[in-house]
Amino acid sequence: MLQQQIQIKSEAVMNNSKNTLAGLAAALCMVLPSLVAAQEPIPNTQIVVEQPWARASLGTSRPAGAYLTLRNLGDTVISLTGLEADISGMASVHQSKTDANGISSMSPAGDIEIPVGGTVALEPGGYHAMLMKLQAPLIEGETFPMTLLFSDDTELTVDVPIFGMGARGPEG
Amino acid sequence: MKKVRVILWSMVVIATTVVGGVWIAGGFQNKLPASRTISTAGFAADFELTDYKGMVQTDEDFRGQWMLVFFGFTNCPDVCPMGLSTIAQVLDDLGAVGEALQPVFITVDPARDTPAVLAEYVPQFDTRIIGLSGSAEQIERTGKAFKIYYQRNEDEAAPDGYTMGHTSSFLLFDPNGEFVRIYEYNQKPTEIVSDLQKRLGA
Repeated sequence: MLQQQIQIKSEAVMNNSKNTLAGLAAALCMVLPSLVAAQEPIPNTQIVVEQPWARASLGTSRPAGAYLTLRNLGDTVISLTGLEADISGMASVHQSKTDANGISSMSPAGDIEIPVGGTVALEPGGYHAMLMKLQAPLIEGETFPMTLLFSDDTELTVDVPIFGMGARGPEG
Repeated sequence: MKKVRVILWSMVVIATTVVGGVWIAGGFQNKLPASRTISTAGFAADFELTDYKGMVQTDEDFRGQWMLVFFGFTNCPDVCPMGLSTIAQVLDDLGAVGEALQPVFITVDPARDTPAVLAEYVPQFDTRIIGLSGSAEQIERTGKAFKIYYQRNEDEAAPDGYTMGHTSSFLLFDPNGEFVRIYEYNQKPTEIVSDLQKRLGA
């Protein structure tokens, strides 16, 4: 899209002025600021993250799980659309479900709506942050930053404390 | 970026729906344990699997002890660690009474969970839990004997492109190897402990 715009704009400028350099420079001046702006994250101000925690991992070969509660203090519904964490080469929200037969399974959660004035919990047995392709082991007692991505293109980075492998909740 | 992501997720949803539909049409019902016959029909523990040390273990090796058998896989980031930690908590709370109880974790993912992998992973939760693996055929036979369900589910957003759906309940067997009851993996440890205390202490 942007490249096309640059081409179109450059061609238009070149044809008119026949000054290639000036044309390109003009096009770049118009496009570059928006490119830079697009990469600057917009912090989310309406969601509060409560009680983040993760289980320690044994090495890096298995996916780790992290949990937290999202509280929507704003006056619009917003959705959690994804996750990023430097410690994980592939992070996403998954959902565990257990049916009436005691059979548990897990699948990608998709977007998760956080109602106005309400909360959504990522907790064991339900939604969870699945951190795959670990770049380093999750070591008990340490923390790592995790960025939550929202439907309005805002994001929020939280420090997630790492509890033991057998931790059952935010209290450890 | 967001549009690409939306399109990709839509593809995942469509793929999942199609695969799921085929799977259900292809006899999903047949693979389910006849819903909860597990809790009513009596049956005995029956398995021949391999432990951490490469030793073959059968149900008969555990006669004289209560057995708490549960199934899972180590690439499971949520349900299985929670189940293992529930068992660890139960063992801690039972104290000396718990010496009569042997928890046994059986993998439903033998392709990845070799005895060596289980040896590394399971004792992290509690060294008293025994982890067992085996060939795909041995695990299949064990699953049928225990009337549990497990199924490989394709999931592009999971390690190696799949996860395992499986029965996550704990199955309790008495010292004769006879099935007694189930507990759920996410039940409060205190509930399981108070029930076990009555049985093990008797």
